[in-house]
Amino acid sequence: MYNQLIDLLLTGTTDTLIMVGVSAILAFLIGLPIALILVSTADFGIYPSKKINQSLGWVINITRSVPFLILMVALIPFTRWIVGTSYGVLAAIVPLTIAAIPFFARIAEVSLREVDQGLIEAAQAMGCNRKQILWHVLLPEALPGIIAGFTVTIVTMISSSAIAGAIGAGGLGDIAYRYGYQRFDMQVMLAVILVLIVLVMLVQMTGDNIAKQLDKRKV
Amino acid sequence: MVSFGSQVDFSVPHLKIRGLNKFYDVQGQRLHALKDIHLDIPKGQIVGIIGKSGAGKSSLLRTLNGLESIDTGSILIHQQNIAELKHAELIKTRQKIGMIFQHFNLMSAKTVWENVALPLHIAGYDKAEIEQRVSEVLTLVGLEAKRHDYPAQLSGGQKQRVGIARALVSQPEILLCDEATSALDPESTANILSLLKQINRDLGLTIVLITHEMQVIQEICDQVIVIDQGEIVESGQVWSVFSNPQQQITQELLNFEQVNLPFELSPTILPESTHQILKLKYVSESKSVPDLYELLDGFNSPVQVYHSQIDSIQQRTIGSLIIGIRNLEFGLNHSQSEKHPAITQLEVIGYVQSTH
Repeated sequence: MYNQLIDLLLTGTTDTLIMVGVSAILAFLIGLPIALILVSTADFGIYPSKKINQSLGWVINITRSVPFLILMVALIPFTRWIVGTSYGVLAAIVPLTIAAIPFFARIAEVSLREVDQGLIEAAQAMGCNRKQILWHVLLPEALPGIIAGFTVTIVTMISSSAIAGAIGAGGLGDIAYRYGYQRFDMQVMLAVILVLIVLVMLVQMTGDNIAKQLDKRKV
Repeated sequence: MVSFGSQVDFSVPHLKIRGLNKFYDVQGQRLHALKDIHLDIPKGQIVGIIGKSGAGKSSLLRTLNGLESIDTGSILIHQQNIAELKHAELIKTRQKIGMIFQHFNLMSAKTVWENVALPLHIAGYDKAEIEQRVSEVLTLVGLEAKRHDYPAQLSGGQKQRVGIARALVSQPEILLCDEATSALDPESTANILSLLKQINRDLGLTIVLITHEMQVIQEICDQVIVIDQGEIVESGQVWSVFSNPQQQITQELLNFEQVNLPFELSPTILPESTHQILKLKYVSESKSVPDLYELLDGFNSPVQVYHSQIDSIQQRTIGSLIIGIRNLEFGLNHSQSEKHPAITQLEVIGYVQSTH
């Protein structure tokens, strides 16, 4: 019985970690450039462009206003086109990533925008071009905030992945749904919740630690 | 408009500004921020631009390295017009103009060494050269021991030293200082000012600074430019402007030490007025102070001294006196010829009823 439960939890955790891990990396790689574009094209940014800024803002707002469950269902044709199936771990990565990109982009945007305008002016005065300002000033200065924001994103994705599990994506959410909800097996459900708590706490602690290590504003 | 160049009798101008105008659009209103600025800044001089906040001094300073664009006119450095440079050329030119800031603007995520190395790093210097130059300037500003510290670990004065090192590491010809000491305590201010003076003397750097504090001008500047509402209203050698300020605004900026007089002044002669209170400024070409008796001899009256101050500026002695004399008519019919030659300014500031 215990072996079975442990096997079940192990598979579920692995699935969840793969789903969240891959989507988180994709969301970071796509969301961060979007955040950089948002900040640079803003009114006092380094490449001001109202058109780009506003249209990108619209797309993000629309994506963010659709609840995850509905977004996932609506994306089924797209998911099937990308990964060839709308079922399983691989299929869950698509909606998870698409939901996490605008979420993370907005959080990263806030951190980037909070970089002191004086630092950008100093960089311009020493002869930095715009790419160098992005790379040597904006990103390193905003990095602690970006990492903290990425941690929040991962935690939100862990809970979204449980929703994805409920419609057949596998992972811990799937187990909790099948055993806990459909069979009313309290033991399994509590075990899943326990694993989720540990997972979220580990992610949060790691993220906080890295952000603190990187933050040199108060030493 | 006052042409600054006309009063300078040495050296080729390093920076030459002609007919500079700048406008801002603020909520549909067109604001004339800089009005027909003509300016020559000689090589190797320390030039201070002073004005109240909002006078346009900060905008003027930022036009010199193209951080602010201008609408008309030219800014020439070695015959190169900053205002007409393309973005890429402007970036190259900026590497030859250092700048330091009121709030230091150091990168918090970089160590002292990385902050100072940044200008060279982005300009594509190789590692060995960066290491050598950064060490040199850090030694110059006395912070070699702090090279691995982060800015947050430093005091305000040390942060500004890092700022200066960062500005000097590209070996610029011009250093722009934006209220560089306004955020510092008096002791750090004095240290930073003497460092700037030393840099100017040893490296022959032209320094343009803006400030709202006359003490800064008095301490290190050769030339002073007074700016008010976007216009240069007065300029010249510091000692000459200090000893004989022409404009109301300059006099206001110069009255940084308010004098508390032991009586109420009346602006007009009242029936009970017995004394006239005068303020006078005098200048002496040497470090010696002129004889007070000779200075006040022309007043033909007993003189009471209420306040006296002596400053030494550019090897000259500049004094100011507040005195009371019994002759109420004196200021009105006093002719220039009776005045002692050292007196540069004489002003009636009010009348009092004697209590002595």
